[in-house]
Amino acid sequence: MAALFNNKISSTKQYIFSIMLVIAVGGICYFLSTFLGYRVTAFVLLLTVSVLAMIFDILPVLFSAALSALIWNFFFIPPKFTFHIGTTEDLILFLMYFVIAMVNAVLTYKIRQAEKITRQREEKEHTVKLYNTLLNSLSHELRTPIAAIIGATDNLQNNNARLTPQNRNDLIGEISKASFRLNQQVENLLNMSRLESGFIQPKNDWCDINEIVYDAVKQIEENDIQQRITININPAIPLFKLDKGLLVQVIYNLLNNAAQHTDAGSSINISAACHTDVLQIIIQDNGKGFPADEIKNVFDKFYRLKNSKTGGTGLGLSIVKGFTEAMGGNVNLENISTGGARFIIEIAAETSYLKNLKNE
Amino acid sequence: MSNRAEILIIDDEAPIRRLLEITLQSNDYNVTEAATAKEGIIMAASHPPDLIILDLGLPDTNGHEVLQQLREWFTNPVLILSVQKSEEDIIKALDNGANDYLVKPFRTGELLARIRSALRSTLPEENNSLINFGNLQIDLAARTVKKNNDTVKLTATEYALLALFAKNEGRVLTHQYLLKEIWGPGYINQSQYLRVFIAQLRKKIETDANRPELIVTESGVGYRFICKE
Repeated sequence: MAALFNNKISSTKQYIFSIMLVIAVGGICYFLSTFLGYRVTAFVLLLTVSVLAMIFDILPVLFSAALSALIWNFFFIPPKFTFHIGTTEDLILFLMYFVIAMVNAVLTYKIRQAEKITRQREEKEHTVKLYNTLLNSLSHELRTPIAAIIGATDNLQNNNARLTPQNRNDLIGEISKASFRLNQQVENLLNMSRLESGFIQPKNDWCDINEIVYDAVKQIEENDIQQRITININPAIPLFKLDKGLLVQVIYNLLNNAAQHTDAGSSINISAACHTDVLQIIIQDNGKGFPADEIKNVFDKFYRLKNSKTGGTGLGLSIVKGFTEAMGGNVNLENISTGGARFIIEIAAETSYLKNLKNE
Repeated sequence: MSNRAEILIIDDEAPIRRLLEITLQSNDYNVTEAATAKEGIIMAASHPPDLIILDLGLPDTNGHEVLQQLREWFTNPVLILSVQKSEEDIIKALDNGANDYLVKPFRTGELLARIRSALRSTLPEENNSLINFGNLQIDLAARTVKKNNDTVKLTATEYALLALFAKNEGRVLTHQYLLKEIWGPGYINQSQYLRVFIAQLRKKIETDANRPELIVTESGVGYRFICKE
């Protein structure tokens, strides 16, 4: 509970809430004073302060501790409606109340501080671990194409006389492929840093889903993929007000993921439809699907399937999730009973049918 | 082209200049180069080229400023080089008088196609009302369109859109420009009109409306009408 409220409520609001709670509890006790003795009231007020100490900062809690002590004294300790305390016993009780409320507030605060430090340390360790994973996969993903480019150009420069025209073509092809791969990884990294910075503000404009899907398909087909992509879009689909750039990237990453993890000759199908102002895009393949116990992890940053081949940074699908959520949607993955994986994206958005324009 | 067109490259990155130089020279263009905005403007003024390739990210002066300075007197085409995901920059440059753009990394085929269509637009327009684009034939005088010799029925707006594309074959037309030209200045932000009519037009003229090849989407910027010979 402490973590939930911690640092989220402004200190003014904390003061107001503490004061109101203490007064409210005091009021209730006052109305019940025929049933509750003033000593029981002390415990009820003490409990109230303890609860506040679990949620709020130290100063508002100390303030409410003092306030509750005064309320208790004024309204409950006989003689009522004076700050005067009649018996020595009550005076001791009042002083004890005051001390206990203060100690309680301070101790709770200290425990929470300690918890916070532990939490921060854990978060830092987690970040370091993620950072190392990133460095490992990145150095592989970036160095492999760089190595291919350096090797191929070295060969073309220093070994040219001994190369057959076929060799030369192959080397140039390798340079080209490696450059595309580098470009792709840089794109992923830039997208990831956009997500990490938390500055993704969807720029919504009217989108023709046909156009967006083909944009992504065209980009993936430029990579000379070995799979066949079919498109299946409901002809009656309306325009959606969405961020085109984000949506193209989401579809591209899903297509790329399918292309990386299915065999040559597999087929990938994209379908899109509108269900009561919710855009649903389904991308499925006829590959092997995902191991059932890993499905829940595939959208995690840097997560890679345990048995996957080399290549890939584990960024692609986490970007899919991040971008989809940035648009207020969600993405799900399931295995198809006949084999293959099915990604389902659902985003609620404003739609436009513009039927009245047809005859213009 | 009979006499070799002269192209000035203004880009601070030596590898990019070298790449452009090799590509252009091997395709029969004369190339001059400038590494800074200042140098580029002086070169353009002393010996106006047929086309300028201008990098938007120059170290000494912002590329947009260079473009504005050039456009005060330079009327030949300017082609902008930009980095990825900077649609706003590209639209701004196109609004400020750039004829077209390329995004780094670009394919050389694309570069040459852009240069060709930009240079073509400076040639005097042929007085021919009949334009052929592959299996599509547009008769601007009779206001008719035929696909594989069958008449295509277009609404007035669809025809206006297609005619505008046809007259600007190979050139990028921004969303705002299209909306303004076809619907009027008050419609600049009504992008849904454009989406709907582009989709309708594609259904009528494209071989496969799901994979349009004539009206190509320029992501975040606009559309380009392309005829693959």
